[in-house]
Amino acid sequence: MNPMLVAARAGLSRGWIEFKQTLTTPGDLISILIVTGGFLAAMIWTRHTRVPGTHFSLGTTMLVSVLALNVVVYGVIRMGDLLVTEREDGTLLRAKAIPNGMLGYLLGKVVNISGQIAFVVAITLLIGAFLFTGLAIGSPGSWLTLVWVLVLGLLAMLPLGAVLGSLFESQRSAGGPMVLLLAGLAAISGIFYPITHLPVFLQWAGQVFPMYWLGLGMRSALLPNAMAAVEIGHSWRHLATFGVLSAWAVAGLVLAPVVLRRIARRESGSSVAARREKAMRR
Amino acid sequence: MDDVLDVRDLRMRYGKTDVLNGVSFAARPGEVLALLGPNGAGKTTTIEILEGFRMRSAGEVSVLGTDPAHAGEAWRARTGVVLQSWRDHAKWQVRELLAHLGRYYAPYSTPGVTRPWDVDDLLETVGLTAHAGKRVRNLSGGQRRRLDVAIGIVGRPELLFLDEPTAGFDPEARRDFHDVVHRLADREEATILLTTHDLDEAERLADRILILAGGTIIADGSADELARAMSGQSEVRWSRDGQRFVHAADDATAFVRELFRQYGESVEDLEVRRASLEDTYMALVRQAEHGAPRRLTAVAA
Repeated sequence: MNPMLVAARAGLSRGWIEFKQTLTTPGDLISILIVTGGFLAAMIWTRHTRVPGTHFSLGTTMLVSVLALNVVVYGVIRMGDLLVTEREDGTLLRAKAIPNGMLGYLLGKVVNISGQIAFVVAITLLIGAFLFTGLAIGSPGSWLTLVWVLVLGLLAMLPLGAVLGSLFESQRSAGGPMVLLLAGLAAISGIFYPITHLPVFLQWAGQVFPMYWLGLGMRSALLPNAMAAVEIGHSWRHLATFGVLSAWAVAGLVLAPVVLRRIARRESGSSVAARREKAMRR
Repeated sequence: MDDVLDVRDLRMRYGKTDVLNGVSFAARPGEVLALLGPNGAGKTTTIEILEGFRMRSAGEVSVLGTDPAHAGEAWRARTGVVLQSWRDHAKWQVRELLAHLGRYYAPYSTPGVTRPWDVDDLLETVGLTAHAGKRVRNLSGGQRRRLDVAIGIVGRPELLFLDEPTAGFDPEARRDFHDVVHRLADREEATILLTTHDLDEAERLADRILILAGGTIIADGSADELARAMSGQSEVRWSRDGQRFVHAADDATAFVRELFRQYGESVEDLEVRRASLEDTYMALVRQAEHGAPRRLTAVAA
């Protein structure tokens, strides 16, 4: 038996167990449903508003773009948040104290978060299919595009979340900056409104970050082809989407192990105890 | 057989402060060692270096024949660390967590040692069978601590580290914990290194006691040996004609014989007390803090 293989398998089942725990813990489930419900409410509100220059529902476009936002929220914020929390509460140290435990731990996180994203995407699409018109979910091509954009998006986001989670020392210091960063990004990434209506310099800024490309990819999968007209260059730009998301994925996958190894090396009983005391004093 | 732990001239420096300056000791297979010392003496630093969680500044360290600073996962599989838990894995069920953490050890079984520990047997050993289906967050403090021990030993370690294992225990939880440690040392023949502030606990659990003060080991021996080597004196108390007396005697037996010869029937309330581990400990630490540290080594018979 190869120990790494054993740890990898243990990690996969760890992720599945954690994912099931998320769905069976009322607090976790409710927070997922509230966020999803909030977005759905905003979409329903704008259901009859038209995307400027078209006869297409703004709510439907938003529904699809918000799927991209979800990938970023869960992939970066949830991942980062879990890492900070579990470093603080000693989960990471426990993983370090067992053979190949870090491998299992990280794989578990990847499976858990991917599961949560798949869950959110599924319920959003399910409700969307009943309440919204114009979703192009009938063709296999749509689903194929959705899958590769989703997988590439996860590959780009999860390592990034791990890196961000490593930068912050405590959960309290991490939450605020992360959410602000995300809100700013969403505003310039064409999630709630077509990016072509922004000033050109903001359009360029938005295109640097993966959120825009994830959104574009989602729209290309789930909206009618004619809607490409309101995008930059009047095109879905699949090649560029693939390129930019891959670049972020490669950067993250190179950087994350380095940063993670660094924080793992620093974990010890006394560092966890010190953080515990700090947290207790608050 | 080779020593399980072999530490020579271990030094640790944080910035300009020397926390450890020349710690040396060894442990034979199956020994239970207690590391005692005042706060800030470097107990935790020492144990973390041996666990491979902290880099040392200088000195030679061999744990299970390997330098922990460069040890791999196969070495990790042979050691167990009982961590002071807080709220990790709160949503997991007790049995589920032990079964999961045990999986990582399976490839490291040897003909002599089957890893991991069978979960039902392990639950029985630490007394958590009745709580196997509970979520970790619903355990009481004492149960949670037993789970920590179970996690530390799920891989059937040849060497177990316990850093202040009973801090915050009520007397019953403490006694249960001591039972588990005894069982481990006897049945599993594990070598155990524990740090504690509780002298009574050290005396009860350890084959050998190491006292760390001023960055170095100032005493090394069994509780009895330390008491004898430190001061052969015993305290004799008695009363005569309603007056109370206290005398520190080198040879208590001879002193009491003489006492009776002189005063016979009028000696009452006689009490002879051998120096306790606490007396020895206090004397040694005070000496180390004030005078030049000298190492007191009791030679085992």
